[in-house]
Amino acid sequence: MLDLVLMAHPVMDNSWINFDFTTLIQNFWSATFDGLTFGAVYGLIAVGYTLVYGVLSLINFAHSEVFIVGAYGIVITLTTLGFGPNPPTLGPLAIIGDLLLAVVVGMIASALTALLIERIAYRPLRRRNAPRLAFLITAIGASFAIQYTIFLLQGPLGGPSGANAMPSVTMFVQHPVFDVFGTIVYDVQLIIVIAAVLLMIAADLFIRRGRTGRGIRAVAQDPDTATLMGVNKERIILITFIVGGLLAGAAALFYIMLVPSGVIYNGGFILGVKAFAAAVLGGIGNVRGALLGGLLLGVISNYGQILLGDAQWADVVSFVVLVLVLLIRPEGILGQTLGRSRA
Amino acid sequence: MTDLTHPSPPLDGEAETHTDPPLVEGAESERELAVEVGENLVEVRNLTMKFGGLLALDDVSFDIRRGEILGLIGPNGAGKTTCFNAMTGVYKPTSGDVLLEGVSLKGRKQHRITRMGLARTFQNIRLFGEMTALENVVVGLDARHRTSVVGALLRLPRHWREEASSIDRGMALLEFVGIAQHAEKRARELSYGSQRRLEIARALATDPKLLCLDEPAAGFNPAEKEDLMALIRTIRDEGYTVLLIEHDMKLVMGVTDRIVVLEFGRKLADDVPAAIRNDPRVIAAYLGEPEDDVA
Amino acid sequence: MSLSSDGPKIMPDAESARETIETESIATPRRGPLRGFRARWNDLARPVQWAWMLIVVAIAFALPYLNFFPLTTEPGNDWPITCATMAVYALVAVGLNIVIGYAGLLDLGYVAFFAVGSYTAAMFTSPDSPLAKIPYLWTLPIAIAITMFFGVLLGVPTLRLRGDYLAIVTLGFGEIVRILATIIPAMKGQVGFQNVGRPPGTEPNGVPIFSISNGIPWYWLTLGVIIIVLLLVGNLERSRVGRAWVAIREDEDAAEIMGVPTFKYKVWAFAMGAGVGGLSGALFAGQIGFVNNQKFDVQTSILFVAAVVLGGAGNKVGALLGGSIVAYLPLRFTAIADWKYLIFGVVLIVMMIFRSQGLIPAKMRLLAFARRAARWTSAPPPESPPGGTKATEGAAS
Repeated sequence: MLDLVLMAHPVMDNSWINFDFTTLIQNFWSATFDGLTFGAVYGLIAVGYTLVYGVLSLINFAHSEVFIVGAYGIVITLTTLGFGPNPPTLGPLAIIGDLLLAVVVGMIASALTALLIERIAYRPLRRRNAPRLAFLITAIGASFAIQYTIFLLQGPLGGPSGANAMPSVTMFVQHPVFDVFGTIVYDVQLIIVIAAVLLMIAADLFIRRGRTGRGIRAVAQDPDTATLMGVNKERIILITFIVGGLLAGAAALFYIMLVPSGVIYNGGFILGVKAFAAAVLGGIGNVRGALLGGLLLGVISNYGQILLGDAQWADVVSFVVLVLVLLIRPEGILGQTLGRSRA
Repeated sequence: MTDLTHPSPPLDGEAETHTDPPLVEGAESERELAVEVGENLVEVRNLTMKFGGLLALDDVSFDIRRGEILGLIGPNGAGKTTCFNAMTGVYKPTSGDVLLEGVSLKGRKQHRITRMGLARTFQNIRLFGEMTALENVVVGLDARHRTSVVGALLRLPRHWREEASSIDRGMALLEFVGIAQHAEKRARELSYGSQRRLEIARALATDPKLLCLDEPAAGFNPAEKEDLMALIRTIRDEGYTVLLIEHDMKLVMGVTDRIVVLEFGRKLADDVPAAIRNDPRVIAAYLGEPEDDVA
Repeated sequence: MSLSSDGPKIMPDAESARETIETESIATPRRGPLRGFRARWNDLARPVQWAWMLIVVAIAFALPYLNFFPLTTEPGNDWPITCATMAVYALVAVGLNIVIGYAGLLDLGYVAFFAVGSYTAAMFTSPDSPLAKIPYLWTLPIAIAITMFFGVLLGVPTLRLRGDYLAIVTLGFGEIVRILATIIPAMKGQVGFQNVGRPPGTEPNGVPIFSISNGIPWYWLTLGVIIIVLLLVGNLERSRVGRAWVAIREDEDAAEIMGVPTFKYKVWAFAMGAGVGGLSGALFAGQIGFVNNQKFDVQTSILFVAAVVLGGAGNKVGALLGGSIVAYLPLRFTAIADWKYLIFGVVLIVMMIFRSQGLIPAKMRLLAFARRAARWTSAPPPESPPGGTKATEGAAS
């Protein structure tokens, strides 16, 4: 029978996998800038994963839904304000005002979702001293419950049917800003990267200075002792979820800038996996690591996508990066700083 | 070889440790009859453990001889548990080595160390709660079984043989520690004392050369401690070597043949119990320096 | 020697030791309606148990003919085919139960193994495939082998990781297999492979026995496979393998210290789970006759997890029940079919809070000769103490 199988075609011909170095080299710099831009978004989402993991030692699978709910908030706000697939005709100040309103709505929506998940899904388990496995199962259950609630409600509440994305929203037309290495850099890219970096610096400062930040670090390192020292563990956990939610809401705005038609019920899922990979790459439990990991992963996965020819290869590459990091250096590039490794 | 016949009497006016009522009369005479110890089973050589900047163990060396009951004591924070964990493979020593019958244990995986002949119990009881007492013991016996996964899948003859002998040996072990009547009860449903005994039975099931007991008497009342002491002696009489960490001085003095004292990660003393009881350095370690006017 | 008294006074640190033991497994059975039933079942003599089991099996085989109202599906859904689908899902749940329920490893990408099995069956039998063709039934063991290989390949690097990381890596793996099925041209994406093979045999009138329109032969084939798998899994339960798995699930570090080579058994659990997943995928491919990239999404992985958790993680009968329910409900109540992911997502959350042990809690018998032990506790023990290493050397007189 073996000879029958051997008569099959060889595996590595063009119908299986195809390396396209030429396109990558020709577009190297634009690929890099695009990668950095998306990477900034991954980094913002990654902070949510990394903080919750640092404080609770739990991968909050439902964080991807925290993100997408924020995205829905933003899209709904903007369409209500008159935005649509065509570029808006308002003046720049009005646009900025509207975007600010939208991002606030998005951040609140995300933060509320995060809060809800923590209260309904995780806290009852903590009260019952449930084992690790239970938290993970609940997390994935919550993720799917939210996704499919959106799926089922989207049509009846006035949007397109759940299987389709929400209408795309163009916030502004992107303009080239300057030229570097023969490649154009657009304002959109600059805005996103700078805003994301600023937000993450703010988050990092919040963690490093101030009472609440200290409380977060204390609970991450040793929850019981922190409680004995007077830290309100439940409040800290809530704040951690809220901070992650706020940043995810901001990330949603930037994501829609890049992918206006990307708001769909399961749009958070693969982004979540990528963001988590970014968190691990940079160092789980480490806000700076989330930023670094995000930027790096954005660039690497973009290269991979161009190299291998299909947009979805970016997802495969992200996953491979995740596995490699976990195998070779599980504490990531910057190591774990929020809490020590727990066995 | 050490002669355990006549421990030295306490010096006059010597302050006794505050937790230590006078030794029960009977205990000393039993130890006089104990098996004389043999050559080294375990050698701890210059064991050092650093956790970041903290030096938990500093160049600790001692031997454990075949057939003896060695006590490892010291005030809180002395490094007893760290030493224990470094010896049993839970921690990897920063430097130094632990030899079992001349073979180094350093860097080996824990289940290998167990197969080499070193078994332990846990300070905070780590039984497999959902399993029955007998099943817990059989897991220990499995360490010596050679049935493969495929053999279990297809129920090959070796599987049947080993499973049959598991029941007999498992029940015998439960009988040995005195909880055979609880064999079918789930481990989490056993009383505290039975759970401690079950842990010992499970450790013995792995057929060790050295049995390490981590505070086996924690939570026991004095009567139970007496039973435990008798059990430990019986274990030694069966031919096992025992390493014991304990806080209860009476138990340690009453059951061990030799004691190693740690303080601040360093070995302070290494001698027979009577000498340790009267060693001023040991007393100072537990109580602080005696006041000058104590006569 | 004297026995320690039961119910001693407990010191504070001992209390916390108790708590540690009590919170380990999610499959902690509490008082439930089935407790009495289980006790009565265990009291029955072996032959009586076998008789009851044969009756249940007979009913199971007769199921496609029990086509009456409350049970069967609304018009538009074929009852025998529903049975066949239920059987496939039940088999999947049994396989995933090995990974999640026995070894306690959360695999969120199990659909990947299911997909590999399906594609294996398709690519070795479909005329659309460039590979050499072999008879359908041979694809079953090949599917098992290939998926076990992938299981080991995925497991060896990742099973050393903490449970959370394993979960997300498996989640990613599930997605990756689906993506690869889409973007690798040779896998034919959405077009897929038609006319997947079937076991041989034709009826007197020339129509093949196994076809995509006749669910009954496929159902019986899958049922037969389930019975064999259950027997094999039961063998593993009552052996050192099952004990090792439960020990790993209860307290992995303690298991390692008691001499259990935990990594090895985790990889075996993963590989065997993968193998069963591949087997069910191959059966599924044959039954529906068509394989493409649309059937193996991450939501299906979550449905599989829901099946195991709902039925009772750690209990193979529970897994059968869970898998059947997860397949049955959307087919029986087609109105809620769109809602199934939402429903089962909520089911996961609710079950973890209120009944984490599932519908049928795990109570594995882990000893092959359990009844023998019962005789011990009533009979006097033999004289000789257990064997041990005697310290005979160096003992002077």
